[in-house]
Amino acid sequence: MNAPSEHETGIGASVRRKEDYRFVTGSGKYTDDVQIPGQTYAYFLRSPHAHATIRSIDTSAARSAPGVIAVLTGDDLAADKVGGVPCGWLITDVNGQPMKEPPHPALAQGKVRHVGDQVALIVAATYLQAKDAAELIEVDYDALPAVADARDALKSGAPVVHDIAHDNKCYTWALGDKAAVDATFARAHHVTRIELINNRLVPNAIEPRAALAQYNRGDDSYTLYVANQNPHVERLLLTAFVLGLPEHKMRVIAPDVGGGFGSKIFLYAEDVVLAWASKKLNRPVKWTAERSESFLTDAHGRDHATVAEMAVGADGKFLAMRVHTVANLGAYLSTFSTSVPTILYATLLAGQYSTPHIYAEIDGVFTNTTPVDAYRGAGRPEAAYVVERLVSTVAREMNIDDVELRRRNFITSFPYQTPVALQYDIGDFNACLDGAVELADVAGFPARREEAKRRGKLRGLGFSTYIEACGLAPSNIAGALGARAGLYEVGEIRVHPTGSVTVFTGSHSHGQGHETTFAQIVSARLGIPFEQVDIVHGDTGRVPFGMGTYGSRSLAVGGSAIVKALDKIEAKGKRIAAHLLEASASDIEFKDGKFTIIGTDRSVPFAQIALAAYVPHNYPLDKLEPGLNETAFYDPTNFTFPAGAHICEVEVDPETGAVEVAAMTAVDDFGNIINPMIVEGQVHGGLAQGIGQALLENCVYDKSTAQLLSGSYMDYAMPRAEDLPNFKVGSRVTPCTHNPLGAKGCGEAGAIGSPPAVINAVINALSPLGVTHLDMPASPERVWNAIQSARQSAQPSANPAP
Amino acid sequence: MKVSMTVNGIPANAEIDPRTLLVQFLRENLSLTGTHVGCDTSQCGACTVIVNGNAVKSCSALAAQFQDAQVTTIEGIAGPGGELHPMQAAFKECHGLQCGFCTTGMIMCAIDIAKHHPNASEREIREQLKGNMCRCTGYHNIVKAVQAGAANMSGG
Repeated sequence: MNAPSEHETGIGASVRRKEDYRFVTGSGKYTDDVQIPGQTYAYFLRSPHAHATIRSIDTSAARSAPGVIAVLTGDDLAADKVGGVPCGWLITDVNGQPMKEPPHPALAQGKVRHVGDQVALIVAATYLQAKDAAELIEVDYDALPAVADARDALKSGAPVVHDIAHDNKCYTWALGDKAAVDATFARAHHVTRIELINNRLVPNAIEPRAALAQYNRGDDSYTLYVANQNPHVERLLLTAFVLGLPEHKMRVIAPDVGGGFGSKIFLYAEDVVLAWASKKLNRPVKWTAERSESFLTDAHGRDHATVAEMAVGADGKFLAMRVHTVANLGAYLSTFSTSVPTILYATLLAGQYSTPHIYAEIDGVFTNTTPVDAYRGAGRPEAAYVVERLVSTVAREMNIDDVELRRRNFITSFPYQTPVALQYDIGDFNACLDGAVELADVAGFPARREEAKRRGKLRGLGFSTYIEACGLAPSNIAGALGARAGLYEVGEIRVHPTGSVTVFTGSHSHGQGHETTFAQIVSARLGIPFEQVDIVHGDTGRVPFGMGTYGSRSLAVGGSAIVKALDKIEAKGKRIAAHLLEASASDIEFKDGKFTIIGTDRSVPFAQIALAAYVPHNYPLDKLEPGLNETAFYDPTNFTFPAGAHICEVEVDPETGAVEVAAMTAVDDFGNIINPMIVEGQVHGGLAQGIGQALLENCVYDKSTAQLLSGSYMDYAMPRAEDLPNFKVGSRVTPCTHNPLGAKGCGEAGAIGSPPAVINAVINALSPLGVTHLDMPASPERVWNAIQSARQSAQPSANPAP
Repeated sequence: MKVSMTVNGIPANAEIDPRTLLVQFLRENLSLTGTHVGCDTSQCGACTVIVNGNAVKSCSALAAQFQDAQVTTIEGIAGPGGELHPMQAAFKECHGLQCGFCTTGMIMCAIDIAKHHPNASEREIREQLKGNMCRCTGYHNIVKAVQAGAANMSGG
């Protein structure tokens, strides 16, 4: 196969991105860059307590401070009957009861439930004035005992976060056949048991969240600019579920968005308050988070405590798996929070393996912490981490080679129905693992380990394979599982009279390069230059109703909607061409940008068809409407299943505990690839976030006060350039069988596959010393302590225990 | 108080609150919104601009400190017809950006690196970039972009 040259723009070409000119010249337009005449500035007064009763709020001094326009509190919100922030996914308890769904007022009413909970809004002529005035507000708090750790919240006598859930449980949810699993464990040759923490993370998009709300009195409507990943869902929740407005009275624009990683999918309380305040004050109101606010209020990720067991036969075959997870949901239910540790997690616990029986039980728990919701991968990284840590532990305990054990248990026949609800349509797990083993030079590892040993270093190799479910679908099944929204996507193709094209997509780009990838698809299909295709997204005033971007759905679902719309354009084009060429539409083929009578040289180019559609002089108006503008809504029949194999090689300095990633290899199967450069970039970013979780990042609360201890970049270790290696990335392709692009999705893979590979590598490095377990992040302190403990327990104690 | 400086070759004067940060002066008084604010502890580097020949984090400096200074922002480095600066071109060519938010500060930092360390190795570039954070790219392609941009700037 000839690789496309750098200058080609077709499918499979690494076209340089259309959007980059504006980004590299500083001409991008992010929410904070938007200026509306007369705009005012908002500052939120936030709770310093994790849990407290609000006795009173005195705003009088603040209201008369310089520049202040208004100070609003929860009482004002309640008086105007503004609803609380809703949750988008209803989980049904194991007992058949609906989950506990406590109210989430957009400004605290009566109580605050986490540090950073918003207590009052100050609107002033300048940001500094608003911030100054906030200092003058006196809130009389009655501090209450607080709980930060979800396992502590389940203990009897723990502080109660919400009155409707005295045991702090939102739900207990289960999946799988418990009886079959228990029976299999009872007769297993070997059982491996692990306990692990999936550490809490802060998503940390570099653009802080921001919103600018403008009420338009002339037509009683709103415009909301907001850094958000799915503007239509934001609008739906905000209008229909909170403010009680018809949707057409609000336009939500998510302009350039500086990264999301999940944290900008959700409807946040700030957005509600700003929209409401803009009408109340009849002024545009703008708020941009400071980074310290982002740490306190952007929904966090992960935070699972899990016990997992695998029953294994003497031949190393996995027989059954049992998992119990306590998932911290935080103080309130964020938009998709409830689905992450359930539908998006437990359904992926089969991994790439043909384990016949799996049972998972999940407790979703309220605590006095920032809400937890989807973060890059959302549930799938947590699943892969459990499965792959378990598998590598089985390998060590049974003395079976890591690669060999995985191969012995791989699913090799498709479609494959897992015991946890999913049906994998296709995959070739051996191909990815083979590719990774070769790219990582696993064969050369023993020599590298010996060489490191001579330098006093411990070298380790860690494996992980993963599968994820992308392109959440179909709507009817998701609805049956509690989703309160559809999961389709929309594409509208507007062909202009001169043959150029604007595509309106319901998905949203916040760094994924849709303007380029989608243009490649359209350009290739219509045979028009890449430059003549523009992509529009992120504006409910322009784009038909769509679901935005998350869960690696944009290409597989959004791209497929565009393809379906292109099918309609082609079909109509054929009918126009048939008229112009005086032939039957069934005799027309469309190829290389021309409509041709099959078997002849009689053809019309695409641009001429476009012109005829809009200048309908010689046009069959009795049979065809003018215009060339088609829309398609695409609701997939199944998830897509990207999969891959990641191998990490680390070197540990036993004197300091410092871990260096010597090499990181990822070979993934994303189905068909439109732009390899963009896909590789997505993998790099995911790997960085996964390695960040494994070695550096940790969101830490004080256990007794539930104060956030890692509340800035001074205390939360974000990966920097010098913390990471260059990545070795490869791909193997099995096209998705059920969408027209054969695409699966690539955005989350790196963050899913890498954490278990890194931790398995660190444990592999330390296992000669007797270390068998470490929780993320494997910081120098933790590694050093693990080494010291292992050394001490390996030696007879000099001081007998008292 | 009054402040005056030259920004991208153009004189800029304003009456400002003495607390005004350089980044606020650039973004709000001059509408140069290419310089971004990503944190409030000067850790992320999204706000990097060049002042009198050196990279400065404009979110942690007061505008008043730069009376009569020569300031260059991302808006001031492309050619008169919009031709990209070699470092801008390198970021585009090497896919050294995704969401674009950290990119402008990253490019200003990269120009500074190229000027002070024209032949920096990959390891040195990674060390020099430690004051700028990117959450999207994993730095792999940024490092390549800085290398390529530095080579282009020195005519290599």
